[in-house]
Amino acid sequence: MQSWGFQVDALDVARWQFGVTTVYHFLFVPLTIGLSVLVAILQTLWHRTGNERYLKLTKFYGKLFLINFAMGVVTGIVQEFQFGMNWSDYSRFVGDIFGAPLAIEALVAFFLESTFIGLWIFGWDRLPKRVHLASIWAAAIGTNLSAYFILAANSFMQNPVGFRINPDSGRAELTDFVAVLTNKVALITFPHTLAGSFLVAGSLVLTVGLWHVMRNRDSTDTGAYRFATKFGAWTVMVATTAVLITGDIQGKIMTQVQPMKMAAAEGLYTTESPASFSVLTIGSLDGSREVFALKIPYLLSYLGTGDPNGTVHGINDLQAQYASQYGPGSYTPIIPVTYWSFRMMIGFGLAAAAIALLVLWSQRKGRTPTSRWLLRAGLVLPVLPLLANSFGWIFTEMGRQPWIVFGEMLTRNGVSRSVSLTEVLTSFTAFTLIYATLAVIEFKLLVRYARAGVPDLTPAPVDDDTDDAERPLAFAY
Amino acid sequence: MELTTIWFLLVAVLFTGYFILEGFDFGVGMLLPVLGRDDRQRRVLINTIGPVWDGNEVWLITAGGAMFAAFPEWYATLFSGFYLPLLLILLALIVRGVAFEYRHKRPEASWKRRWDTAIFVGSLVPAILWGVAFANILRGVPLDADHEYVGGLVDLLNPYALLGGVTTAALFLTHGAVFIALKTTGDIRERAGALAVKLGVGTAVVAVVFLAWTLSIRSSAAAVVLAVGAALALVAGLAAARVRREGWAFTGTAVAIALAVATLFAALFPNVLPSSLDAAGTLTATNASSTPYTLKIMTWVAVVFTPIVLAYQGWTYWVFRRRIGVQNIPQH
Repeated sequence: MQSWGFQVDALDVARWQFGVTTVYHFLFVPLTIGLSVLVAILQTLWHRTGNERYLKLTKFYGKLFLINFAMGVVTGIVQEFQFGMNWSDYSRFVGDIFGAPLAIEALVAFFLESTFIGLWIFGWDRLPKRVHLASIWAAAIGTNLSAYFILAANSFMQNPVGFRINPDSGRAELTDFVAVLTNKVALITFPHTLAGSFLVAGSLVLTVGLWHVMRNRDSTDTGAYRFATKFGAWTVMVATTAVLITGDIQGKIMTQVQPMKMAAAEGLYTTESPASFSVLTIGSLDGSREVFALKIPYLLSYLGTGDPNGTVHGINDLQAQYASQYGPGSYTPIIPVTYWSFRMMIGFGLAAAAIALLVLWSQRKGRTPTSRWLLRAGLVLPVLPLLANSFGWIFTEMGRQPWIVFGEMLTRNGVSRSVSLTEVLTSFTAFTLIYATLAVIEFKLLVRYARAGVPDLTPAPVDDDTDDAERPLAFAY
Repeated sequence: MELTTIWFLLVAVLFTGYFILEGFDFGVGMLLPVLGRDDRQRRVLINTIGPVWDGNEVWLITAGGAMFAAFPEWYATLFSGFYLPLLLILLALIVRGVAFEYRHKRPEASWKRRWDTAIFVGSLVPAILWGVAFANILRGVPLDADHEYVGGLVDLLNPYALLGGVTTAALFLTHGAVFIALKTTGDIRERAGALAVKLGVGTAVVAVVFLAWTLSIRSSAAAVVLAVGAALALVAGLAAARVRREGWAFTGTAVAIALAVATLFAALFPNVLPSSLDAAGTLTATNASSTPYTLKIMTWVAVVFTPIVLAYQGWTYWVFRRRIGVQNIPQH
């Protein structure tokens, strides 16, 4: 069903809404995942060494973390409701399997995260130091754990396992929950996503540190900012390594379980053995053959199979195979979208790593970087891994199309039948407007607090005679 | 007991917990312009729920997740059918949650005023709409034989459901006033206590009418007992509020909310979403449920983790048990 601007239907709008709200939600999630751990590490350093600069950095980056955290929380509720609201037939079809990880995510991870974040924010003077430190770790663990459950749910859509189709109801039913949780796609997507998140968090820590190092050279806090810059840069380097290793394994698994997605990532129209990696391919407008291509021989075979001479199936062959397996119809994703999003993911990620490396080099042996270009590159740095994460999600979700559950349910069959075009348009418009407004507010606040720098820790004069009930709170909204 | 019955009870418990906890959060938000006469007073009000509102909201996420996992048909029909009310609830929860975190981030009065409005509206809208939604669940909605919602928005705005909305908003207002009286000192505490009694009388009248109407639509012996219990708990809570026994007053309104929600679920059982058209369209705890295998796994997860969650969430309330007043609010 092809539809253009003048004949939009509820399905198109529901898909756009899912895309926009999910990509938007995932601008905040990586920072929450990564920064919770980095802040916890900074606080642990303070706890271990007693050095005040780590405390300053904990409070400073903690503030940035919380400005971001609020957005992640509120945009997350939309995600859970959206399956039922816009994708009710999908929810009916997979509820027996898909609902469980969502419920467990809330019970096991979200409660932990939200409760201990509250304790951490307001508990500076209420909790013993150790317990307060444990709170940020508990929140960080909750956050990272939540990623596992939601990725296990998503992995079922990519590579359905541990289920059977009930012949009477036509619904998917869970037969092996352990298989769902240990789906090989989930096991590799989890570390890949975490690594991508640390890439974002490390970049932010680096950028803010670098800006202060270069702008306030004589500040008493320069040492703290220098440390932050290096801490962020090393986080980016380690995360990039992890992203590359996990991404490589993920590519091989994708070639096995979703060969069409791999072919679509590459714009590989005909089956090749050995297959070459496309640096740039321009396809014909109808997307059935290539017009121009620049390629590295053997590389795609190696990426996809681990063997430089391995066979990688092409789009046209897979399309023919699926048509005979699932009935007539198109089983090919939109090739320009998958092809370019795959390259943007890799390109933006590597660009981020390159900048982090330059920054590390510029600070070697205690030097202070002075290049204006380096500062400019440093300032755009956090945007790059955010784009890489977004394009990664666009690639993996668009590469699964036309399926909502690969091989089991088409996306167009999952949409809510009872929801009208007007309703879904209202909802899409409302979310887009409110999200755009909040994005501007959030970004300005982040910049404001990033520029303000680390806090002054000189304690306010406290009258020892003051009753505890009269004393100001260490933190208040 | 059947696994489907256990999960019906668990979903009921999760929504009950949600309404007790976020009920007073909503109440505090709605009372912000009433009890908060200046910025410092408004900050006192917001800080009574500061450390806990996020954890309270997770009860909703867990209830939604449990409904999806245990009763996918219920989740799918309800969420797609009650589309616009749920959209409004989501938008309200978004601006409200962000407002708590962002309000104090800039010193300008205009900035704070805007977020105060967001907190007020973001609390009022869900406080009304949850009542509208649950009243409609109990009353029944137009469902076809495939369990698809075939009504429109107008079908959800019937007099009984609107009274349900007024009832939840009134209950949460009273509950919130009682909570503020329990958690603050000084002038705010006095005014909140007095307001709770005034609000409570009107709330009790509305709640009794709503519960009686509920029982006239759908009833069971258990539902009648629970409804009477809800009314008694509310009256007892108000009596305690009158003599400024704030802990007991809060217990009273919390129990009243719990029993009122329990009344709805008891009257509903074994249905989960009755059809007002074809009886074949009615969703029950049996025909809307997941397979026994899924329910069994979920039961184990709930048995292991629910006590842990309750323990650490309860501990949070203990840590932040201290009353606060304007003297405790730092300068910035």
